[in-house]
Amino acid sequence: MTKSVGHSKAAHPKLEKAPTGIQGLDEITGGGLPLGRPTLVCGSAGCGKTLLAMEFLVRGATEHDEPGVFMAFEETAEELGKNVRSLGFDLDALCRQKKLRLDFVRIERGQIEENGEYDLEGLFIRLGHAIDAIGAKRVVLDTIEVLFSGLSNTAILRAEIQRLFRWLKDRGVTAIITGERGEGRLTRHGLEEYVSDCVILLDHRVIDQVSTRRLRVVKYRGSAHGTNEYPFLIDEDGLSVLPITSLGLQYVVSDERVPTGVARLDTMLDGQGYYRGSTVLVTGTAGSGKSSMAAHFADAACRRGEDVLYFAFEESPSQIVRNMRSIGLDLEPWVKKGLLHFHASRSTMYGLEMHLAMMHKLVREIEPRIVVIDPMNNLSRGGSHQDVVSTMTRLVDFLKLQGITAMLTSMTSQERLEETDSEVSSLVDTWLLLRDIELGGERNRGMYVLKSRGMPHSNQIREFHLTSRGIELTDVYLGAEGVLTGSARVSQEAREKAAVVQRQQEVEAKERELQRRREALEARITALRKEFEVESQEMERRVGQERSRAEVAKLERVRMGISRKADDGAGGPRTLGRPRKPQETHA
Amino acid sequence: MKTSAAAKKKEAPSGSGPGGESWELRLYVAGQSPKSVAAFANLKKICEEHLAGKYSIEVIDLLKQPQLAAGDQIVAIPTLVRKLPEPLRRIVGDLRDTERALVGLNLRPSPTEV
Repeated sequence: MTKSVGHSKAAHPKLEKAPTGIQGLDEITGGGLPLGRPTLVCGSAGCGKTLLAMEFLVRGATEHDEPGVFMAFEETAEELGKNVRSLGFDLDALCRQKKLRLDFVRIERGQIEENGEYDLEGLFIRLGHAIDAIGAKRVVLDTIEVLFSGLSNTAILRAEIQRLFRWLKDRGVTAIITGERGEGRLTRHGLEEYVSDCVILLDHRVIDQVSTRRLRVVKYRGSAHGTNEYPFLIDEDGLSVLPITSLGLQYVVSDERVPTGVARLDTMLDGQGYYRGSTVLVTGTAGSGKSSMAAHFADAACRRGEDVLYFAFEESPSQIVRNMRSIGLDLEPWVKKGLLHFHASRSTMYGLEMHLAMMHKLVREIEPRIVVIDPMNNLSRGGSHQDVVSTMTRLVDFLKLQGITAMLTSMTSQERLEETDSEVSSLVDTWLLLRDIELGGERNRGMYVLKSRGMPHSNQIREFHLTSRGIELTDVYLGAEGVLTGSARVSQEAREKAAVVQRQQEVEAKERELQRRREALEARITALRKEFEVESQEMERRVGQERSRAEVAKLERVRMGISRKADDGAGGPRTLGRPRKPQETHA
Repeated sequence: MKTSAAAKKKEAPSGSGPGGESWELRLYVAGQSPKSVAAFANLKKICEEHLAGKYSIEVIDLLKQPQLAAGDQIVAIPTLVRKLPEPLRRIVGDLRDTERALVGLNLRPSPTEV
């Protein structure tokens, strides 16, 4: 009664897969569900089992040319059609095109009397008939466990359900069997015992009044798969699963640089700004100018003609536009041009993961070059600490993989300035810290680059001004009295200037004094020299006098000798006790 | 057995049973499986004993007419559907327990009602 349908598994060493077409799920499962085998999708009521199964069929029918049979045990065909129409699936049209077949199996408790032996051949025949009618390659049984409420002989039911799964395998259809979550086990009636190829668990948790849907591949025989819990979203386009953790650190980095929108900040970052595709964290206390920093960045990107996706979790877009106008940034033209995409929502609207799923989806739709999340710590209110860390990691990884430069702002308290509440600091590449500097009865803004991977960057604290021409950074006063900003800086600078002037004057005075003393000294030197000259002239005169006196005496002696008639010639003077005299004269 | 022969056979209701109505029964089977054969035999016996002359049995072989399974919401085989008298009743199984079958068909009050 069964004919083997085309998908031969034995011919391929690697497990063949049937793509679900559900965003993210194919990435987690490495290509889809096991081809030609049944997959169990279990979860509690309202977790999205039926929707997942229906999307699997609709995508199969519309995108992969694989017709499908939906056998519903809980909802009628009309109800199903109505429920999925909101997702944009037109089941009636697909049924008319023979791409889809809905069969509603109604089993009502107490309506069926059991008497003796029976089997579920009727179900097999119905299913077989439906499969043959449209040449189905995909089958959904939603939720087969309803049989247990209508029929009481569980021994027969178990054996028959087991036979059904085998039969589905023999027919080579890729099937999804949904099951209600049971106490302490995956399904209420232990269907997981019979479906051994692939089991997917859906979960719908409400933590702090915020609900989050999650999906986990519990088991996938013969295939590698992501093992984490992945948040998923159900919206007007169907399901989307966030497989971000499966991405890892495989992204390619860019050497391209993106200006920050603040010229002086570019200078601080090696003169060129951030790296393209990097993640920038701006932290600071309330009112320290984080949003302004983000707006500058967005404005600069729009000027370059790049798409910017701005997630605002605190202010409405019009409020942001108005506020930024006050610092000389007009964002409105960018919004009108369709370059700046605002997406504002209250962080408390959804859980963290829902936000991330929504962000993920918008990023895929808009394909921006720049993403701004302002502020991201509002998101963390929706989840536990660990959730926040893991989902932020996934978001950062996802954005990096897309080569999107992201700016996250985060509010910190003054005491824990260099910490972020979600510990994303290790994930980010550039961290700008804005801080208030309170001094002398006023509050000023300071900014510094806490880190910036892969580039030399300034270690200086800059004073951060919000002016009518935007953000301006100025050098802070760095002196013996520490870092000063604002009017303290101005007054310190004035004081400094006065001191300089005073010192200058002192120096000048000293110089004048020196000059005066030098002049005095020189005057004295001149006087002394004059005195000396006078004295030396006197001395010379005296020496001259002495000399001439000696000459006179000599002449006197000669004259006396002559008068004594000295005939001894030369001997005469020797007797006079002056033997050397002639020598002297000779010399 | 004669299930296939009986498939088209309708035994015309004659006279009146308890309450005077005519009984319209439909038995869904899948080919000549032992359970199907046993169910038909047991049903025939019960009808002959309790509803002689005022019943009709339509046997539907789903292997031949699978499209008919959806109409009466057939899942299990064999399934006996009492179309008339109203209300509609279903009994699955080979009807080996005659007493329970009689109760199920409302031919005998259930033991709790006695």
